Amino acid sequence: MRTLIAVLVAAQVAAAQTTPRPVVVASKPFGESFLLAEMFAQLLEARGLTVDRRPGLGATEIAFQALRTNAIDVYPEYTGTGLLAILGEPPLPTAAAVYDRVSREFAAKFGVHWLPPLGFENTYAIAVRRATADSLHLATLSDIARAGPRLRAGLTPDFIGRADGLPGLQHAYNLRFRDVRALGPAVKYQALAAGQVDVIDGYSTDGLIARYDLVVLTDDRHFFPPYEAAAIVSPRLFAESPRAVAALGELSGRLNEREMRMLNMRVEVDGTPVGIVARDALTSLGLLGERVTATNVSRDSSRSIVAYFAEQRATIVRLTGRHLALVGASLLFAIMIALPLGLVLERVARPAEGVIRAVGVLQTLPGIALLAFMIPLLGIGVVPAIVALVLYSLYPIVRNTFTGVRDADTAAVSAAHALGMTDAQILREVRLPLAAPVIMAGIRTAAVINVGTATLAAFIGAGGLGEPIVAGLALSDTRMILSGAIPAALLAIVVDASLGLVERWVRPGHLR
Amino acid sequence: MPSAKAIALSASGVSKQFGSVVALDGVTLAIPASACVALVGESGSGKTTLLRCFNRLVEPDAGVVCVGDEDVRAVDAVQLRRAIGYVPQDGGLLPHWTVQRNVELVLRLNDVPDIAARAQHSLELVGLDPATFGNRWPRELSGGQRQRVAIARALAAEPGVLLLDEPFGALDAITRSDLQDAFAAIRERLRVTSVLVTHDLHEAARLATHIAVLRRGKIEQCGTAAVLVAEPATEYVRALLRRARLTELETAM
Repeated sequence: MRTLIAVLVAAQVAAAQTTPRPVVVASKPFGESFLLAEMFAQLLEARGLTVDRRPGLGATEIAFQALRTNAIDVYPEYTGTGLLAILGEPPLPTAAAVYDRVSREFAAKFGVHWLPPLGFENTYAIAVRRATADSLHLATLSDIARAGPRLRAGLTPDFIGRADGLPGLQHAYNLRFRDVRALGPAVKYQALAAGQVDVIDGYSTDGLIARYDLVVLTDDRHFFPPYEAAAIVSPRLFAESPRAVAALGELSGRLNEREMRMLNMRVEVDGTPVGIVARDALTSLGLLGERVTATNVSRDSSRSIVAYFAEQRATIVRLTGRHLALVGASLLFAIMIALPLGLVLERVARPAEGVIRAVGVLQTLPGIALLAFMIPLLGIGVVPAIVALVLYSLYPIVRNTFTGVRDADTAAVSAAHALGMTDAQILREVRLPLAAPVIMAGIRTAAVINVGTATLAAFIGAGGLGEPIVAGLALSDTRMILSGAIPAALLAIVVDASLGLVERWVRPGHLR
Repeated sequence: MPSAKAIALSASGVSKQFGSVVALDGVTLAIPASACVALVGESGSGKTTLLRCFNRLVEPDAGVVCVGDEDVRAVDAVQLRRAIGYVPQDGGLLPHWTVQRNVELVLRLNDVPDIAARAQHSLELVGLDPATFGNRWPRELSGGQRQRVAIARALAAEPGVLLLDEPFGALDAITRSDLQDAFAAIRERLRVTSVLVTHDLHEAARLATHIAVLRRGKIEQCGTAAVLVAEPATEYVRALLRRARLTELETAM
């Protein structure tokens, strides 16, 4: 395993040395992050730099690990997340204090640089209908504490439970609602608009706040920690490309919450492609040279999913090919490792159970955690994805090889031994052929698991059918999700069926 | 099939222990060429262990085992086994090979010419028609047919020695009797030196030239069936014969 990793790392280092690297722009897997990253990318391109887009990286941990190790160069992050989630420090009262703290600490600890904030916060927001705000004269959270006993709240279960959610809020503002109902994120805006509840929680730049013309109440006692958006930049880019850093700096202080809500609404509610919304935003900020007329290509939801698939045909085929390559390569490596390992373990017998169990533990590691762990070692992209998939494939193959060979017709094996076959001949001509169906069953299990797990590869920028699934989830686009999920499901069936044919071919004669 | 060049076997002072269990305790036994010695005794008497010393499936802790004039330790174990026929109780046919392929096993290992023809000849020897049975899978055979194939496989390369570990033990009485007859006929033709492990004194008397009675890793007595019946050396042998109701009539056959 170590040598395999060494070879892969060497290959990646060699690849890195031969070509001058473009600026790698990444995002986390939600709509606003996609949009900001696309704005970064277009701005860099407009300033003459080459860009490699890696949107939708797993989560904070993966994106940050990738940035810290120069696997990516820039992505949009929030100061509050940097302080609480990455540094693990308690919240600070003002936005300026948080920014000062994270920019100083990140530079010192990681060599990572926060560019000046973009100009808006995306923090927790408590919102009401405009009519409610007008009739009850609500502008701040202190106001709502006064009107609370008359209001029904619809809050996400997460917010109701967290110390920095409802309990803390009630304490800080001495707030009581008439009724608190748990509502999922998907339905709370509709419930508020329909008058079924009067107050909801959300994020301050949610496009739906603009869509329903809601009023976000000011956090006048600064209960919520500040979450200012900013570009954060890798050590490499900061040191080597002042031009890129300067280009990204042009966006600092240029966006506000209201504008961000409008932009997010176009992406998440109207379904306008991120590239178009980003271009329009940069144009209206005067950051793109040429004048481009704003187009609003909205999602035509009347069109059938079949038509959508037909339109996306080329992309789906390309992603399916990549997916298959990830699965095929990882399965091949896994067989090369697990098959000999299973055979060796069957020979040495004593430590076998322990080793196989240890391999089984790999299976239980959460995919995202494993990927995050590997980024400092292998960066992002295809290599860590394949290594992760290999690790996930080992167990069923090792287990089945071990059991299959151990339990292969023992009477036949001892007769073969007694008649003068060598151990190698017995393995090759008796045990392996007799164990073949069991080993193949392990390989099939690994392959089918792999097709599913490979969708996680999108979280570390390795492509495949996970890409539309991640993007579709971020942009609430069901058809995009299905354009990844359906081919992945079909692929699992096809892969299993093809390996079934291989199994028939390796099955020993008397069982055919 | 040309008659095999029969080889003499001997064990002298052979001991073997498995953990704390004594399987063989200083066994000495000489088997002349072309003889058929039956090793009889209860379970755990050491008869199978002794058999397995001759093709080095068991390595003794002490003592010398010879095949022909040679100490088996001087011979490569794999080469030794290829020169000795072996029939286990369950046949031990390779389930994924046809009958023909199974019988060819040792011929192929020894890389001799005319493999297919010799295998067919060996099948005929045990009373199986190669055209009918050659392409069958072992699981398509009856228990008796499987043992016939196992014997054909053991004899195909014309070994000088044949070791049989309770070869007919798992068969029904009628099939067992048929196979015993077949084996006796084959022995009559080939004169191959044979060692037969059995717990059945009647079978021993019927097939073997000599019977060695083992008890707790030691040989109680070795001689022809007639000698055993006429002059049992120990009380144990006497009791064993009485229990088996082995008669002088039978031993005279």
